[in-house]
Amino acid sequence: MQRLRVRYAKRGRARFASHRDFGRALERALRRAAIPMAFSSGFNPHPRISYANAATTGAASEAEYLEIGLAEHRDPEWVRDTLNAAMPEGLVIVEVAEANGGSLTERLAASRWQVQLSGADAEVLAAAAAQLLASESALVERTTKSGLRSFDVRPALRSLTVIDGGLELVVATSEPLVRPDDVLAALTALRPELDTGVPALFSRLAQGPWDGERIGDPLRG
Amino acid sequence: MTAAPLYPRLEPLLTQVAKPVQYIGGEVNSVSKPFAEAEVSWALMYPDAYEVGQPNQGLAILYEILNETDWLLAERTFSIWPDLAALMRTAGVPQFTWENHLPVRAFDLLGVSFSTELGYTNLLEALDLAGIALHSADRGEDEPIVIAGGHAAFNPEPIADFIDAAVLGDGEQAAMAVSKIVRDWKAEDRPGGRQGLLLRLATSGVAYVPSLYEVSYAESGELAAVAPLLAQVPSRVAKHTLMELDNWPYPSKPIVPLAETVHERYSVEIFRGCTRGCRFCQAGMITRPVRERNIQTVGAMVADGIAATGLDEVGLLSLSSADHSEIGPITTELADRYADSFVSLSLPSTRVDAFNIDLADVLSRNGRRSGLTFAPEGGSERLRKVINKMVSEDDLINTVAVAFGKGWRQVKLYFMCGLPTETDEDVLAIADMAARVIEAGRRAAGTKDVRCTISIGGFVPKAHTPFQWVAQLDPETVDRRLRMLKEKVREDRRYGRAISVRYHDGKPGQIEGLLSRGDRRVGKVIEAVWRDGGKLDGWSEHFSYERWTAAAERELAPLGLDLDWYTTRERRHREVLPWDHLDAGLDREWLWQDYEDAMGEASVEDCRWAGCYNCGVCPELGTEIQIGPTGRSLLPLVNLRPDQD
Repeated sequence: MQRLRVRYAKRGRARFASHRDFGRALERALRRAAIPMAFSSGFNPHPRISYANAATTGAASEAEYLEIGLAEHRDPEWVRDTLNAAMPEGLVIVEVAEANGGSLTERLAASRWQVQLSGADAEVLAAAAAQLLASESALVERTTKSGLRSFDVRPALRSLTVIDGGLELVVATSEPLVRPDDVLAALTALRPELDTGVPALFSRLAQGPWDGERIGDPLRG
Repeated sequence: MTAAPLYPRLEPLLTQVAKPVQYIGGEVNSVSKPFAEAEVSWALMYPDAYEVGQPNQGLAILYEILNETDWLLAERTFSIWPDLAALMRTAGVPQFTWENHLPVRAFDLLGVSFSTELGYTNLLEALDLAGIALHSADRGEDEPIVIAGGHAAFNPEPIADFIDAAVLGDGEQAAMAVSKIVRDWKAEDRPGGRQGLLLRLATSGVAYVPSLYEVSYAESGELAAVAPLLAQVPSRVAKHTLMELDNWPYPSKPIVPLAETVHERYSVEIFRGCTRGCRFCQAGMITRPVRERNIQTVGAMVADGIAATGLDEVGLLSLSSADHSEIGPITTELADRYADSFVSLSLPSTRVDAFNIDLADVLSRNGRRSGLTFAPEGGSERLRKVINKMVSEDDLINTVAVAFGKGWRQVKLYFMCGLPTETDEDVLAIADMAARVIEAGRRAAGTKDVRCTISIGGFVPKAHTPFQWVAQLDPETVDRRLRMLKEKVREDRRYGRAISVRYHDGKPGQIEGLLSRGDRRVGKVIEAVWRDGGKLDGWSEHFSYERWTAAAERELAPLGLDLDWYTTRERRHREVLPWDHLDAGLDREWLWQDYEDAMGEASVEDCRWAGCYNCGVCPELGTEIQIGPTGRSLLPLVNLRPDQD
């Protein structure tokens, strides 16, 4: 079995596709494109696809990753181009590479996010960011499948900068998972005027190993 | 005409609603054409949520045919859920299309396909959200022509005030004919304006234009007459019938939804029409005659459809698929062809005989034998004679025994409650039948692990059927009989636990009855319900019986009418029915004769093998039965799939 790792993007309108929506679209595209998939054994065989750390519905992303198994060997670039021709608008296969060993999930140690805010005061935002970085913990609440949960966003936060009236931040992949909207919630808790009533737009820019300064390429090295 | 895309204004709203993915469009096989370059533009609507509307076959066919024509453009629109609709009203974002998020109001035509009358309030909601005048009489020159189609359009009178026109029957050629009339009218600089166009549509016979007909009423409240207002407008409007379906292999590349929908399969309509003659069935009456696609067309459509969509389930659709003259070879050869692939085939199996089991066996060769579905519709043999669903209880039991013997473990049986002449005993007989199914099933399967599900809903009399005159059973009696049935099954100590009863209460059926046999006066009720907040009436969590009954009482009382008058009242033979001027090809006197035969428990054979019984459709509309067998086989597959160079 040939193991390929895939980087894909959710762009434009496709930001609203959920993880399950993407999964169905991918399986259909694999069939339409006649990619020779490997299947799981058992009564109800499934194509071998493993997902890692998918972004939440509503967030755009340039850096989603998954791994597929092929029954026959194919050139990764051919797979990328063939698959792209069969994918719906906005769900884009950016790169396909031979699996480079190790666990893909472990290589996705951190994510860089862009947060677009509408109408937030840049100085207030900068002050809140500085205050959050200076603190040792910042509790927020979010409703999860298991009910309302309270957790600390600060330990996972690696960097936080104000750019063009919005934010860029790096969070470590952690348990429980700290999402960029959690970080924004922590900032808004510090400075309530950051809540302008206009929903923020989130985009994942990169995902991969974190060396303390930058996010590396999970498909290389 | 130019129109600015609404998406930039819509996107911030989508972040705040449930399942935003349903609104984004951009699906595989969706078509996006330059709006300004189209000579005629259609917004095609299925008036329900995307998850229900997108899989609709009629919409998919018209979408493809219209967009294949270079001077035409078609985009889709669906009902908006209340969460987003409220945000759109606040933000001033109107009803949009899915492809380019253009305002529906900017299109030349808004075509709305009604499979069920419960979609009427969704039409009003969409018109209002689009900024289109609710009443056709108030619409301005720059507003779309609103055209209704689908089965409910065979009696469009209850929505006559809200639509500009209705098209009856098959839409393939009719949509093109309407498009050409609109194109010519625009090219001639719109002579006569909007009224001029409606007159052209009416005089050509392609569409029914309600505003060009006057309805008069007798003192009794009955209709006195429906008459055209102008001499050149035809007094009757006929349905369209597509012949030679092999020449129309649509949909060939249907849209593959990104959001989850109610059906996730590629469907091939293996034939259209049905002449089994079930007297309750409007679809079987208004889609005559039977026109088959041959085995080679079916095979090519399946192969192309799978390649174009990547779907892994194929449905062989029709009103009674086992009746296709080549169904044996079709299922066997398709099952062979896809034996080692990811593709699974399904056949809606509603006929009760051993042949049907053979077909189901072939299609499930590689899969699980989970459940078989049959539709006896009536619990007693007497009642089945009334509705012309000729199946004896012994046949049913024998068939089911064969199925259980072959490894099937579950049987689902469909019934209706409230059929004409029905008594409590007829409904209770359903429990006896189910008990016999389990008894025979356990014996044949050699295990106690067999199940029977009874699924039962209220019967709604429909226009253009032999039962168009009958009194609908009141919802209280329907509900009482359903409770009795459930109770009897529950008390059966030997078999009751192997039988489950699923039923729909009778209240929505009564409203559906009001709408399906209503006249123009019912429009006021629909409007009042919508103004009171009614929409998405096909969803039990949104449907409000109290809202409908209150509005009906308020709006109908001044006319001396009420809900009962429209539903539980038996019509006279000679009574002018609201749809009498709409021609499904059926001879009214034949329908009446068939109704009398029903009361006499006399059956009618299928005209495909027992000869013509003069229902009137073929001579009236110049059509004919088009069936095989052709004696052909599937053509070999040519591998056109992309492969590595």
